[in-house]
Amino acid sequence: MPNLSFTAPTTVDEAVRMLAGGAGLAKPLSGGTDLLVQLRSGRMRPEAIVDIKRIPGLIGIREEAGEFVIGAATPGVMLSAHKAFEHAWPGIVEGADLIGSQQIQGRASLAGNLCNASPAADSVPAMIAARATCVIAGPNGRRTAPVEAIVIGPGRTSLEKGEFIVEFHVPKPKPHQSDAYLRFIPRTEMDIAVVGCGVNVTLDGNGVCTDARVVLGAVAPTQVIVEDAAKALIGHRLDEITNAALDAAAQRACKPITDKRGTIEYRTKVAGVLARRAAKLAFERAGAR
Amino acid sequence: MAKTHVSTIINGEPVEFLCEPQQTLLDVLRDELGLTGSKEGCSSGDCGACTVICDGNMVCSCLMLGAEAEGRSITTVEGVAQGDHLHPVQQKFLEHAALQCGFCTPGFIVAAKALLDENKNPTEEETRYWLAGNLCRCTGYDKIVRAVLDAAAVMRAEAAE
Ligand SMILES: Cc1cc2nc3c(=O)[nH]c(=O)nc-3n(C[C@H](O)[C@H](O)[C@H](O)COP(=O)(O)OP(=O)(O)OC[C@H]3O[C@@H](n4cnc5c(N)ncnc54)[C@H](O)[C@@H]3O)c2cc1C
Ligand code: FES
Ligand code: FES
Repeated sequence: MPNLSFTAPTTVDEAVRMLAGGAGLAKPLSGGTDLLVQLRSGRMRPEAIVDIKRIPGLIGIREEAGEFVIGAATPGVMLSAHKAFEHAWPGIVEGADLIGSQQIQGRASLAGNLCNASPAADSVPAMIAARATCVIAGPNGRRTAPVEAIVIGPGRTSLEKGEFIVEFHVPKPKPHQSDAYLRFIPRTEMDIAVVGCGVNVTLDGNGVCTDARVVLGAVAPTQVIVEDAAKALIGHRLDEITNAALDAAAQRACKPITDKRGTIEYRTKVAGVLARRAAKLAFERAGAR
Repeated sequence: MAKTHVSTIINGEPVEFLCEPQQTLLDVLRDELGLTGSKEGCSSGDCGACTVICDGNMVCSCLMLGAEAEGRSITTVEGVAQGDHLHPVQQKFLEHAALQCGFCTPGFIVAAKALLDENKNPTEEETRYWLAGNLCRCTGYDKIVRAVLDAAAVMRAEAAE
């Protein structure tokens, strides 16, 4: 890496200039828990690394009218320590908290998890299920996009040259709204999801679902929003028939691969089971509010 | 290639160094500053042998660039003892024989100290989860967990005095 440069700008505009400026690959650096592994192994050969953590607002969580604003580079430890956010969205925190060890949590961010664009990224399904959006800065100014618009394939994002995520906006839950994220791995810690599932539901006062989003991870090249699973939930309580419809819809949405962690058949089956379990948890949490 | 000039605090002392952009904090600690307590087991964030504390957060120094240390405060295993006075975690590692080859030990010591700074009375389960990012090929972990829980008890007793 004879030509690598490192900069740590303190404004968004400066960062955009550094990311857009050169001819070669320029990468934003948040926690580095993906980027540095790829740099060391030679899988990624950037010309410029732009550390975005010194830009004010890139680390931290603030509450604004009706939403939480999370700095793109906020590490996992800060997210799980934020009581109001954890209370609002236990599922998002559950997902983010599953990323790596305590050491990894000291650095790993939501933006890095999203932009590394792994289908198995643990924080992404619940963020999509909560209808979170991201603010993206680039050479043409700022734009907002839903989280599900970022990943377009394994290792590939829709971000243009010079663009990076500045912050995430997550709406505050409505009455009787909550979420859950579950992943299945063969061990209890430090592994990559065989399947992950985020479920976000809103109930009426009688426990009947009025709005839902079900999102699967690790069963297709990108996260999958399972429209049929949401349809199976809306208008219903979580009874046996609803559960069966949810399970079937989740299984139908899977286009997984076979690898050392699981076969196509296994992943598909587990997706149905996890969808049911995550829905049960989300319904219980929403009902308790 | 232009080297980056970095001013930082390591184990309470101001330190300045020059580093290449791709050098990790672990490379800098070991190769530039002679602080060889932090070990390189995997260079991929899996083993925890390189664990340091950066501005209060436990991190893998193999997954942090040296240049990122600018203006931060870093604690390495060399900063855990007070002079000749061992930290209770270190003392208990000796008493419980919680090490064999010792390669993983610096990472475990830093991680265990970070746990006890945050949680005075961790359960065995909390201790095991906290230390899940530290791998040991020799001990089978049990003696390590006993040593940490015993150190916690000693620190609580000292605090109560
Ligand atoms: C030991 C270990 C265990 C792990 N376990 C898990 C796990 O269980 N689940 C899981 O999902 N992941 C896991 N990971 C992967 C990784 O920790 C996560 O994906 C993490 O969230 C990445 O965040 P980061 O801030 O470290 O990203 P970085 O490494 O800084 O960045 C990752 C990618 O995103 C880009 N990027 C960073 N910030 C931005 C931004 N603001 N805008 C645009 N692009 C950006 C970078 O250029 C890079 O391409 C693990 C990694 C390790 C080393
Ligand atoms: S050397 Fe850093 S985690 Fe193994
Ligand atoms: S004592 Fe040898 S690796 Fe832990």
